[in-house]
Amino acid sequence: MIILRDGLDKRTMHKIEIRNLNLFYGKFQALMDVSMNLKPNTITAMIGSSGCGKSTLLRCINRMNDLIEDVSVKGSVFIDGEDIYHTYVDLVKMRRKVGMVFQRPNPFPLSIFENVAFGLKIHHLAKGKALESRVEESLKAVLLWEELKDRLNASALDLSLEQKQRLCIARLIALKSEVLLMDEPCSALDPIATQRIEELMAELKKNYTIVIVTHNMQQAARVSQETGFMLLGELVEFGLTTDIFTHPRDKRTEDYITGRFG
Amino acid sequence: MLFRKIKEFFIEQLIFFSGIASIVFVLLIFFFLLKEGLGLFKTVGLWDFLSGQFWYPISDPPKFGILPLILGSLVVTLGAIVIAVPLGIAAAFYIAEVASPRVRDVLKSLIEILSAIPSVVLGFIGMMTLVPFIKWIFDLPTGLTALAGSLLLAFMALPTIISISEDSINAVPREYKEGAIALGATHWQTLYRVTIFGALPGIIAASMLGVGRVIGETMAVMMLTGNAAVIPQSLLEPVRTLTATIAAEMGETVKGSEHFYALFVIGIVLFVISFAINVTADVFLHKNRK
Repeated sequence: MIILRDGLDKRTMHKIEIRNLNLFYGKFQALMDVSMNLKPNTITAMIGSSGCGKSTLLRCINRMNDLIEDVSVKGSVFIDGEDIYHTYVDLVKMRRKVGMVFQRPNPFPLSIFENVAFGLKIHHLAKGKALESRVEESLKAVLLWEELKDRLNASALDLSLEQKQRLCIARLIALKSEVLLMDEPCSALDPIATQRIEELMAELKKNYTIVIVTHNMQQAARVSQETGFMLLGELVEFGLTTDIFTHPRDKRTEDYITGRFG
Repeated sequence: MLFRKIKEFFIEQLIFFSGIASIVFVLLIFFFLLKEGLGLFKTVGLWDFLSGQFWYPISDPPKFGILPLILGSLVVTLGAIVIAVPLGIAAAFYIAEVASPRVRDVLKSLIEILSAIPSVVLGFIGMMTLVPFIKWIFDLPTGLTALAGSLLLAFMALPTIISISEDSINAVPREYKEGAIALGATHWQTLYRVTIFGALPGIIAASMLGVGRVIGETMAVMMLTGNAAVIPQSLLEPVRTLTATIAAEMGETVKGSEHFYALFVIGIVLFVISFAINVTADVFLHKNRK
């Protein structure tokens, strides 16, 4: 069942709309009335100091916070105009569309092939030859195919950190996710690997809507077109990355990006 | 200064000896078994002993073939494992992944209690309930069968299997589960496609330790399996295990007789079997930690 927002034409809609989102861990309020619109085929960076709620916000976009006990959410998140916090939402379908890349690369304790095929198998989307070619396509998209094609049956746990993170992205590409949520995807990687993942993100932007949480302001400035700055659960400022980093409107944003705190 | 050094030296020595004491004990036990057992092979060949089909230690001439005893132990153990392993793993998954925190606490303490019941008490309960039940349901001349032993031993192996499997399921990194759920996997898909592979080495080790517990168990099998030293044809016949043989006959042998030696060699066979099982379990547990 699709719940569309009233009076909105589907063509002009934003890919993701966050409306008056409040989140509580027990009695502690971690998100304060956050609203923002995210454009398709755009990389949006969320910056802010540790504990500001940027990861929490990201995990609201695919409802990963549901896994934590004692969390309550008020407000809405619309993806393609559909409120994912509505009672009738099919979480399985939603998460197929909204993929997530985690801070620590988390390939499953399975073979490389099985990792990429995982999503296709659990959703019964492909088998046999079709499955193999989707796995190949996905590994090619993250530039792993050439180095791994001869050992697809090896354990994914033996890969390097960068390869693991690429593999985790390939899992999502195989599923043809539309949104990629990235929670500090490079914080476990060295600078060269980080650069290569950033190049990959720029490439993926053509087909995906990407939201990246990062504590690294240079990274936000390099990869994103739009940036949101959060402080103590509040979205202080949100706009074009160039504006945020060159002439922020809010004093607190300026203090943060010039390194006065954080 | 000197005093402190002397004290330090003695404490180090004390800790060192405590550390190697267990190794020394194991070696002493092994040598004792060998010393008492090897006398048998002056008159009986090793191969005849292991593959002989008849165990008539007090007939004339005596026959010392432990094949029926080995097979008896094997049948009872296999039966117990076939029952206990799937049940134990399922229970571990339930406790680790499905049960609410309160149910989990209650179940875990009940399982602790289960493992604390002395085996002779379990054997007694089995004799009064399980044995007549098996006799009745299969319409047998006696309920004292391999099946009765297997069922009760399965019961005794469960706490080991459940608690070690549960530990290894809990040790599966949270990231695996989150990764699967973020890909749209359901709770059940996450369990049987990801979590179980993360926990597999621990689950195998748990099963091996369960086997070790079962194969060394004496009292309950002696009370329930009927103790007929014949090669078993099915689970519904009386069997006799290696352990029960030693326990039942040790009191009646003359020290230094062939029969006495033979019981010690059975002890060696048991020792070797449980040693192999524990080493295998250890290998898997270490794999899990890595």
